[in-house]
Amino acid sequence: MNLHAPTPFQLAALKVLVLALCLVPAALLAHGWFAGTLGANPIETLQRGTGEWTLNMLLVTLAVTPLRRLTGLHWLQRLRRMLGLVAFAWACAHLANWAWLDLWFDWGAIAADILKRPYVTVGFAAFVLLLPLAATSNAFAIRRLGGRRWQALHRSVYAIAILGVVHYWWLVKADVLKPLIYALVLAALLGVRAWWRELERRRQIAAGAPQFKGKVIRILR
Amino acid sequence: QRLAPLQPSAFSTDEARTDVGHATTYNNFYEFGTGKDDPLRNAHRMQVRPWTVRVEGLVNKPRSFDLDELLRLAPLEERIYRLRCVEGWSMVIPWAGFPLAALLKAVEPQGSAKYVQFVTHYDAEIMTRRPVLIWPYTEGLRLDEALHQMTLLTFGMYGEVLPHQNGAPVRVVVPWKYGFKSAKSIVAIRLVEEEPITAWNRYAPQEYGFYSNVNPEVSHPRWSQATERRIGELRRRPTLMFNGYAEQVAQLYQGMDLKKYY
Repeated sequence: MNLHAPTPFQLAALKVLVLALCLVPAALLAHGWFAGTLGANPIETLQRGTGEWTLNMLLVTLAVTPLRRLTGLHWLQRLRRMLGLVAFAWACAHLANWAWLDLWFDWGAIAADILKRPYVTVGFAAFVLLLPLAATSNAFAIRRLGGRRWQALHRSVYAIAILGVVHYWWLVKADVLKPLIYALVLAALLGVRAWWRELERRRQIAAGAPQFKGKVIRILR
Repeated sequence: QRLAPLQPSAFSTDEARTDVGHATTYNNFYEFGTGKDDPLRNAHRMQVRPWTVRVEGLVNKPRSFDLDELLRLAPLEERIYRLRCVEGWSMVIPWAGFPLAALLKAVEPQGSAKYVQFVTHYDAEIMTRRPVLIWPYTEGLRLDEALHQMTLLTFGMYGEVLPHQNGAPVRVVVPWKYGFKSAKSIVAIRLVEEEPITAWNRYAPQEYGFYSNVNPEVSHPRWSQATERRIGELRRRPTLMFNGYAEQVAQLYQGMDLKKYY
């Protein structure tokens, strides 16, 4: 297999393989639930697990572009939509576990938590912001919106990831080690984008004004 | 190692006891790690024999007790208490011990003593060195709370000596307060005049007050305390004022604004 140019069949197989890998932690949690091996407080274990996997998959999704640039493996981009949708599925499971198993659809308690508890507020905001991204994760929506508007919309994933890490940070009682690790990884993933953008800006300044008329996408401000 | 004989107590609840497997695997003992299963994995390194507890401060007869001396102070009782964690879960645990008052009376508190501070074991060789909280962990009670008949100096649970992760070899249990008030693996008990520093209060005073009585009407700033999940149950249940012990302890707080003294 040519790592830089997989055949369509190889790419499809890769997608299936990656999706299967993504489903392993879900299968383990589901098995643990039914086998009764999630510990003394299984609902809390599910809440933690679904939340951490939401963040994991958000970060994996955000790692696609830097990885592609660093390795030159451009087909990685073809996995990004699926990885993002897996993150969204984890977020749905996280929300469902909270509203159903934890609070048993006690709408008063749910509303009070969203309005009064800042960590719930930011977590819920992150979920709401994910909805339009999930809804437009298809070729039809990209055509309909146009590439640039679609891309502008999907940049909100940066804010969503930040809200997600803040959500985690604010809910821990004293030991922020784990949220700190997420924050550092996210900072690296966002920082490398900012750095590349700065390099591109400098390159464009050095290159001077474009020598031809027509559409040139510039990120000069 | 079984503790016997244990006298029954009128303070015991007849609610179903939490599964011993849950009560000894799902623990908060931050010196051994902040994960719920960390204490089980790490606390076995703690040496609990020999063990001495210094009782000092504003008392007429300050002295150290070794564990066997402590055990001879009063007959052991079994007390089946509800335990409510500030995190929103609860258990029902049969403890074995006797009222802390028996120990305090043995050292004769002076008139100026108003509070009791508990200092717990800290050994950087076997416990976390990360300053998650300030070590050693300290807790405290007002003297009248400490002398209350329900405040238990505790040596065992489920008829056996305390497992390490549950605060061996000696801890207190204060069932009407959030669990973190019930200091584990105690090495010193100090009688003092001023309200003593307590670990969680020092870490986040706006979240963890000195009193920390179980109170469904006073939320933790970041989550509601109105309900709790009893370990082993699926649905939440309402949290009771003073963890259901209002009849026994409410008079300790008469006239106090419990929103201010949370």
